[in-house]
Amino acid sequence: MKLNERSVAHYATCDSPADHAGFLRKRVERHHHHAHHHHATSYQRRWFVLKGNLLFYFEERESREPVGLVVLEGCTVELCEATEEFAFAIRFDDAGARAYVLVADGQAAMEAWVKALSRASFDYMRLVVRELEKQLEEACKSLAACRKSPRRSSSSSRKRHLSNPALLPLQEKPAVLENGYSTWGSGGGVPGEAACPDRDGGHAKPPPLPPRRRSAAGGTAGSPVPGLSPAMLESPVSLETASFSKLHSWYGQEVAALRREWQERQKRGHP
Amino acid sequence: AVLKKRLVKLVVNFLFYFRTDEAEPIGALLLEHCRITKEEENVFSISFVEEPERKYCFECDSEEQCQEWIEALKRASYEFMRRSLIFYRNEIQKMTGKDPLEQYGISEEARFQLGTRKQ
Repeated sequence: MKLNERSVAHYATCDSPADHAGFLRKRVERHHHHAHHHHATSYQRRWFVLKGNLLFYFEERESREPVGLVVLEGCTVELCEATEEFAFAIRFDDAGARAYVLVADGQAAMEAWVKALSRASFDYMRLVVRELEKQLEEACKSLAACRKSPRRSSSSSRKRHLSNPALLPLQEKPAVLENGYSTWGSGGGVPGEAACPDRDGGHAKPPPLPPRRRSAAGGTAGSPVPGLSPAMLESPVSLETASFSKLHSWYGQEVAALRREWQERQKRGHP
Repeated sequence: AVLKKRLVKLVVNFLFYFRTDEAEPIGALLLEHCRITKEEENVFSISFVEEPERKYCFECDSEEQCQEWIEALKRASYEFMRRSLIFYRNEIQKMTGKDPLEQYGISEEARFQLGTRKQ
């Protein structure tokens, strides 16, 4: 199966931060051609780099391309009872797929790897994102409710909200989000990413209404693309507003309005 | 350039493509550090950071289908999701004063931190 190997190798070796890295010994998987031959188990020391849901391994730390890649989807990571100490295995739900037995240098290293690998899947990340998306929506709703209700009961929560100076940058120009290129307008840029050579500046329109929740019946896309199930097309962020720049503007406007209100009340001498 | 009809499947951050009558994919594109661009009508392309002039072009049946794919592909990378998570986490923290990741016991994980991440 073809893969865009050059791009994959570039992603593996570029200076975008890794989620975890270190030496591990990888068990060599042999085919038993002859029933009577018993091959001793052997291990090869490799440099492993975890980026997202991809576990790359290199012959040497300085190698310019990986020798292998494990896609961490549909797998479990468990401690294993090998004769080696500090061994753990990556096993796949697909019974036909080979398992990877890896050996760490010590207890702490083993635990750190198992923890990092167990949470590496795209599916896991997507679950957490969806949960946070829900929480944010609820937080916005209760904030909006606070604005309508009598001031006395809501003043403490609003103050906590408004006194945070970090809210100010929301009003700055948001960046256009593109796959792997984005930086946040409000100081959230992830260093080490490739800079976007050119961006379209088309995000000056006023923000639309708050995003509707994705309906339970279908995916975010309208009519499904032939040959694909909606599950395959589910986006990690189920927003009607198609870009974060719009979402950013929306929150920015709400915050700006609240600030104005607060500042006016300050002038009038309210606490 | 010759266009060949393919079945295309987006699964997590990989775009698989198949000959229409085969069960095994011919190939896949890892969708990290890539750019999705609208080309002419019904057409979009995928290109990668280290080789921006090399474009993988896809022609759709309609403009609507083309837009759906562009939107889906722009959000398909793990890095995009990571940013979404960090964004939401930050927003929730600002609004409520609480770190929403604490309840999952993952607030200290490198992958969820805003700003510089340690290797």
